[in-house]
Amino acid sequence: MALQLAKPAPPDDDKRWKMIEVTMRRNGYASHALIETLHRVQGLFGYLDEPAMHFVADSLGLPLSKVYGVSTFYHLFSLKPQGRHTCVICTGTACYIKGAGELIEGIRSHYGIELGQTTPDLELSAIGARCIGACGLAPAAVVDGEVLGKLTVERLIAKIEEVKRHAT
Amino acid sequence: MQLDELNELATKVQQAQQACDHVVRVCMAASCQSSGAAAVLESLRSKTGDCQHVCVHGAGCMGLCAAGPLVEVSQRGRAETVLYQHVTADDADDLLAHLGGPVIQRLHCPTDIPFFARQQKIVLENSGIIDPEQIDHYIAAEGYQALVTALTEMSPAEVLREVDASGLRGRGGGGYPAALKWATVAKMPGEQKFVICNADEGDPGAFMDRAVLESDPHRVIEGMALAAYAVGASHGFVYVRAEYPLAIERLTTAIRQATKYGLLGSNICDTRFSFDIEIRLGAGAFVCGEETALMASIEGGRGQPRPRPPYPAQSGLWGYPTLINNVETLANIPPILRRGGAWFATIGTEKSKGTKVFALAGRICNTGLIEVPMGITLRDIVFTIGGGVPDAARFKAVQTGGPSGGCLPEQFLDLPVDYDTLRQVGSIMGSGGMIVMDQTSSMVDVARYFMEFCMDESCGKCIPCRAGTHQMHELLAKIARGQGTCRDLALLEELCEVVSAMSLCGLGQTAPNPVLSTLRHFREEYLVKLQDRDTAAAPVDAPETAS
Amino acid sequence: MMKQATASQIRVVTLKINDRDVTAREDETILQVARENGIRIPSLCYVEGLSVWGACRLCMVEFAGDHRLVAACSTRAAEGMEVLTHTDRLRRYRRMIVELLFAERNHVCAVCVSNGRCELQNLATECGVDHVRVPYRTAVYHVDASHDWFRVDHNRCVLCTRCVRVCDEIEGAHTWDLMGRGMNCQVITDLHKPWGESKSCTGCGKCVQLCPTGALVRHGTSAGEMERDADFLPYLSRMRHAE
Repeated sequence: MALQLAKPAPPDDDKRWKMIEVTMRRNGYASHALIETLHRVQGLFGYLDEPAMHFVADSLGLPLSKVYGVSTFYHLFSLKPQGRHTCVICTGTACYIKGAGELIEGIRSHYGIELGQTTPDLELSAIGARCIGACGLAPAAVVDGEVLGKLTVERLIAKIEEVKRHAT
Repeated sequence: MQLDELNELATKVQQAQQACDHVVRVCMAASCQSSGAAAVLESLRSKTGDCQHVCVHGAGCMGLCAAGPLVEVSQRGRAETVLYQHVTADDADDLLAHLGGPVIQRLHCPTDIPFFARQQKIVLENSGIIDPEQIDHYIAAEGYQALVTALTEMSPAEVLREVDASGLRGRGGGGYPAALKWATVAKMPGEQKFVICNADEGDPGAFMDRAVLESDPHRVIEGMALAAYAVGASHGFVYVRAEYPLAIERLTTAIRQATKYGLLGSNICDTRFSFDIEIRLGAGAFVCGEETALMASIEGGRGQPRPRPPYPAQSGLWGYPTLINNVETLANIPPILRRGGAWFATIGTEKSKGTKVFALAGRICNTGLIEVPMGITLRDIVFTIGGGVPDAARFKAVQTGGPSGGCLPEQFLDLPVDYDTLRQVGSIMGSGGMIVMDQTSSMVDVARYFMEFCMDESCGKCIPCRAGTHQMHELLAKIARGQGTCRDLALLEELCEVVSAMSLCGLGQTAPNPVLSTLRHFREEYLVKLQDRDTAAAPVDAPETAS
Repeated sequence: MMKQATASQIRVVTLKINDRDVTAREDETILQVARENGIRIPSLCYVEGLSVWGACRLCMVEFAGDHRLVAACSTRAAEGMEVLTHTDRLRRYRRMIVELLFAERNHVCAVCVSNGRCELQNLATECGVDHVRVPYRTAVYHVDASHDWFRVDHNRCVLCTRCVRVCDEIEGAHTWDLMGRGMNCQVITDLHKPWGESKSCTGCGKCVQLCPTGALVRHGTSAGEMERDADFLPYLSRMRHAE
C-alpha cells in the first residue's frame, strides 16, 4: 500500500547523520518523530540548516513547509549557527524582579549583542530563557551548561571570559 | 511483581537502611546542584568509601533553595535530623567527624522555624529523603503499593471512586475536578486511549513540577499507571520541557527501573493491564502547556491550540480519548489510593482539598519550595513561612498564577488560598508560582513584563491574542515611559476585554489578567504616569470618540 | 474506512437563533445552520469544504443567559440552544478584531487588486469600522512575484490559512504552511523559498481562488480587478472525503 520511496541520502558523509538516522529509525520514521529528530539535529550540529531540514523532511515523508513551520515555531531550534559558547540568561519573573535586566544590559554593553544574537566572531551566543526553574537563585544564568545563581554583571562576565579562555 | 514480593523488597531495603548508623543525604535538585551539591556528594562519598556505618546518598529537593547546597544527617534510632546549609566540599571532613556528636554551629540550619514546621507534605513526602535515582528507595517508602494493590484487588471503577472521594482538583491551574476528567475518558468507547502527564511547566517563577520530577519521579509514574488503569489506557506520554535536563534524566532512569521491575510494560502484576510510558520533549513554547497545543506538539506539529470541544477526553491524541493531567495532580494519586480518598478530603477547605505546592521567589527571605494545606492564608505563606521581605523593605504585592494570574496587594493577605477565593479577587491559583514584590517594583512595569511574555509566547493562530497582546504591550510600554494618555488607558482596558473574551485558548483568554489585576488594585500607579493626568478627568471608560 | 452514519443515528434538533426557531442535524455547526437559514454571522477563516481552523474569532456568538462566548464555526448545534449572533457586546468585539487585522499589516485598499471584492473590506463595512483606533504596526512585508502566474503580497495577508488548508486537504501538495510564531507568523512555500522555485507547487491556483484579501493574486491584475471563483471547492471536497 505504502509507496516505496528511495531512502534519502544524507547531505554529506558526516558521521552525525548516522546518529540522526538512528533517532528516526527508533521512532519508525513516523511523522510524529519530527520534533525528536530536530532536537537531535540541533544537538549534534548546533542549528538546523537547509540540507538538514531537506534530509529530515525526505526521510520522514513530510512536506518541506511543515518542517520549516515546526523548526521556526519552537524557540529552542535555531536556523543559524550558534556561538562556540552560550550564555542563557533567565528572564523568568523572579529573575526579572531581582535584576535580570542588568545582566542583559551588561552583556549588551560588554559584547555588543542582544538576547538571541551571536557575536560576529561566533564566540558567544546570548539567549533568553523563559524561566530555567532556578528561581531560588535569582538572578540566574547558564553558561555552557553550568547554572550560575545570585549573579552580578561582574561575575557573569568573569565566568564567560573564563570559559572562553579554557577553550583556547 | 506481586504485593508480597513488593512488601518483601520494601522490608529488605528498610532493613539495609536501618543497618547504617548514620545517613547523610545531599540535596541534588537543580538549585542545590548549581550551588555545588555534586562536589559535596562526591567528596562525602570518597571519604566514606565502603564504610558500612555511614550511608551517603543524593536526595531530592529539601525545599529551602536559598540556603543550598543542603545536607541532612540522621542517626539510627533518632527521629530528629540535622540540616546543614551552604555546605561546600571542604566541609566533608568536618561533617563526618561530627556524626553522632555535637551539631556544627557554623553550618547549622535550624528546622524548627516556621518554614519547615508549617508545611504539610503529601506530594513532597519523599522529597529530600529518598534517592530519586533508586527505585528501591521509593519502594521502601511504600512506593508502588497503591499500584500493585489496585491492579490485583480493585476494579478500575473502584480506583475512580477513591479519586472522586478525595475531591482532588487539577493542579495545573484550572482546578477542574480530576475524577470528572477521568470518568469522561473512562466512559469513552474504544480500545486505544492515552494518558499524558503535562510537565511543560512554563510559568516564569514556577518550579514545582521540576522539583517533583527531580526528587520523586516514581511517584509520577505510579500516578500515571493508576490513571491509565482507571481510564483503560495502555500508553502514556510525559511531555516535559527540554529546559529541565535533570528532570528528564531522572525520569528516564525511573521509567527504565520500573520497566525492569515489571511495574511498567506488558501484563503488570500478571494481570491483563499493560502500560508503557514515553518521554516527549518540549522545544521552548509556553503555549504547549495548553492541552490541545501539547497534543499537537506530541504529534510532531506546531504547538497551536485548536477549538474545544471536542475536549481531549473525547478526541485527543490522534483523535483517541486522552487524559491529560499535570505532574502535581498525578503525584497526589498514589497517596490517595494508599490512604483512601476520605483521608485526603479531610485536608484543605470545603471546595479545595489537599495541599498545594508553591514555589516562593522574588523579594522574600526564604525562597524555595513549600507544600501547604489549601486554605492557609497568603500572609502565613509570605510572612510566616517565607520569612517576609528582606532588607527592611515593605511588602507590596504577591503575584500568583504567572502570566495568567494577578498581583494581590496587602489587604488581601488574610484571604485563604484556594481556587475560588483567588479567582474572586482577580488572580488565580495557577500552577503554584508565587512571586513577592516590594516597593521597588513598579506595577505598570510588572504588567508590561507579563504582557511581553504573552506576546512572545502567543502562537499566532487567533487574531485577538496575536495582535491584541502586541497592541496591549505597546500601550503598556508607552504608559510605563510616561508618554501614555487617558485615551491609551481606555483603549488598553477595551483591548483587555476583547482579548480575554474572544481568544481561542487559555493563553490569550488570561493574558490580560496581570493588567486587569494591577489596574484594579494599583490604578493610581497607572494614573500618575499618564501625560494628561491633570487635564483629563480621572477614570475614563468611554473610548468611543470618533474622529 | 469511513462509515456512513445511517439516518436514524443522526438526530435532528431544534434551536433558536436570534429568537427564530430553526432545525438542524446535530452534527452541524451553529455557523452552518445559520447560513442555511440565511442568518449572516461574520467570519473570515471558515470555508465550507475545508477543516475548521477557528482562528479569526469573528463568528463568536453568545447564548442567552450565558456570559461565555463560543465560536459558531466549531460549536455543534444542540437541542434547546438560544443563540444570539449580534448583541451589542459582540458587535463591539468584532469591530475591534477587524481593527486589529487592519493595523497588523498594510492594507491599502485604494491600490489593492481586490478593492471592492475583498472580504476584509466587506467585514469592515459590516462591522462599522470607520476608523482604526489602535496604532498601525507599519512593518514592511515582502512581495514574492517569482511564480509564473501568481503573486503573494504578505502585506495583505490575514493569516486565515485558507491557502494552507486547501493546498494540503484538497490539492494534496502541502506547499504552503505557517512559519514563526505570534506576530512573526507568515505563510511560506516549501523551506521559505520563493514561490516560483517551489518543486511541490502544482500551480493549480486553488489557494489564489480562496484568498479573502489581495494577498494571493494572479499576475497582470490591477487595482480592483481580481476576481475569484471558489465554486470548485464543495465538489472537490465531497469527492475527496467520499469513500
